Amino acid sequence: MDIFLLEAVVDGLLLGGVLALLALGLNLIFGVIDVVWICYVELVMCGMYAVYWLYAYFGLPFYVAGPVAILFVAGLGALVHLLIIEPVLNFAPINQLLATGGLLFFLQSFATLLFSTDFRNIGLHLAPIELGEIDVSKARLLAFAVALLGAGGLYLFLKRTYLGTAIRAISQDHEVMGLMGVSQRSIYFITSAIGGGLAGLAACLLVLQYDVHPFIGNSFGPITFMICVLGGLGNMLGGFAAAFIMSQIIAVGGYYFSIEFSYVLAFLLFIVMIFVRPQGIFGR
Amino acid sequence: MKKGTLAAGFVGLIGLIIVPFVAADYILHIAIQILIWGFIYTAWSMMGRFGLTSFGHGAFLGVGAYVPALLWNYYGVTPWLGIPVAMAVTVLLAILIGYPSFHLRVVGHYFALVTLALSQVVLLSLVAAREVTGGSLGMTLNVVHSWLALQFAQKSVFYGIALVVWLVGLVVWWRVDTGIGRVALEAISEDEIAAASSGINVMREKLRVTMISAALTALGGALLTQYIQYVNPEVVSGVAVSLQIVFAAIAGGMGTLLGPTVGAFFTIVLNESLRILFGIHFIGAANTIYGILLILFIIFMPQGIVGLIEGISARTVRDAGEGAAPAAAPASSEP
Repeated sequence: MDIFLLEAVVDGLLLGGVLALLALGLNLIFGVIDVVWICYVELVMCGMYAVYWLYAYFGLPFYVAGPVAILFVAGLGALVHLLIIEPVLNFAPINQLLATGGLLFFLQSFATLLFSTDFRNIGLHLAPIELGEIDVSKARLLAFAVALLGAGGLYLFLKRTYLGTAIRAISQDHEVMGLMGVSQRSIYFITSAIGGGLAGLAACLLVLQYDVHPFIGNSFGPITFMICVLGGLGNMLGGFAAAFIMSQIIAVGGYYFSIEFSYVLAFLLFIVMIFVRPQGIFGR
Repeated sequence: MKKGTLAAGFVGLIGLIIVPFVAADYILHIAIQILIWGFIYTAWSMMGRFGLTSFGHGAFLGVGAYVPALLWNYYGVTPWLGIPVAMAVTVLLAILIGYPSFHLRVVGHYFALVTLALSQVVLLSLVAAREVTGGSLGMTLNVVHSWLALQFAQKSVFYGIALVVWLVGLVVWWRVDTGIGRVALEAISEDEIAAASSGINVMREKLRVTMISAALTALGGALLTQYIQYVNPEVVSGVAVSLQIVFAAIAGGMGTLLGPTVGAFFTIVLNESLRILFGIHFIGAANTIYGILLILFIIFMPQGIVGLIEGISARTVRDAGEGAAPAAAPASSEP
């Protein structure tokens, strides 16, 4: 096998980890609350700025800056739910999409206002690891590993804890659980915070690989939505698998053509898939 | 249409015709932008008001902007030919995405995401073809001031063209609004299956309005490029512009004739006044306010500015005939 192709495949696998994490958070929120946060990746941007300021500006160590950023974004997630989602909970799905779209606008331009459009790098460089003949980016490897751990942690939380069970129950039936003594409101609130926390985790991993700027969401947002739909909106396992399929298309397509063209392929595949299997690849 | 409305419209039109004779170049520049964007938002609202919420009009805008520009720069083909070609291409694109969507009942936010994907396809194709299009750096039109090139040294000429095109947009909107198709489309947006079973050709109605909307959006994109003489993929096809179209149309009110134009006026004037007040230190200030307002609009008044004003005046006047007409956006009345 061509060494560069192999590198592309490995790169795609590693990219898939972060995309899977993003898709996971979005799917959790959709699955439970039945709302698509089109501004989800903008929360990641907020988290990246948080890490940047805490680490590069205030000089906190990364292992402190990271968790603080995760808590910060988790709080943001909870706020988004309280301020924007709750009032539109009974609106048509498209209006909910538009409300979170308004937030997308707000976050992007507010970040521009506060931090200008400069590209900022936290200046933490991890040396690549040589695996056989190919170089593997340590930052990506770390991101991949942490993303998998995060996904595993979420799975255990949902399966093994009382709260997780309540969250899963409410995602299956929004009305009956209320009668069973579970407060729908607080479960939604907690779910939003967890979704935000996952965005924060993704932010910590992405900030090691990319410069942060107010519009970074535009490069990850659309593909994350496509992944969620491809895996079946709300289907966390499906989204997880779809992330790796999409990332392989992007990475291997980038090897054969150009990176933009490989994204074009990914989006075309999405359009075709929604026509052929609107319930997602793994839907029933 | 009532006599009063007709008279008001006539006075308004006279006012708009006078503008280039009295206004400074800067005002004219703002007015042209309002007219062109108002036209684009009007085109979008022809679909949007019937629940066909497209998040991908950037695709149509991009094709409209780039096809005539490329034909002109590389082959010297006049935009008078390039623009119809671009409109034909977008109609084709609209059919390609619309037919399977409507056939397979892809609606609501799924439709929004499909169209969003389409706009990404156009955006990234434009960037990928950087040898031809200049990629993310954009492309400058070869400047020749003539009618053949549809480029003018005086802003007033372009203002005239923009005004005519905007009026055409309003007429098309009005025709859709008063035609039998409107009733059909409203029925479809309420309940597609019930509409189909009562004899409405769902596919034809939806496809027709989508094709019209796409073609007009392409025309708007082409005009924008002709006016600014520069085009950039992110500006015409980015996620931001697609969303901006949706929001401005909704903020202005998409169930009314002038709503989308009011949306354009509102957003552009807000943007400009903040820029003048605060200068470049507050880049993003306008959009920040704008984002907050949009959220508030969606939550508190999904029928938009014009819808709100009409709602208030209808209540005070108790005009039974007209009062019922400005219905809220159909998207918001769905369960």
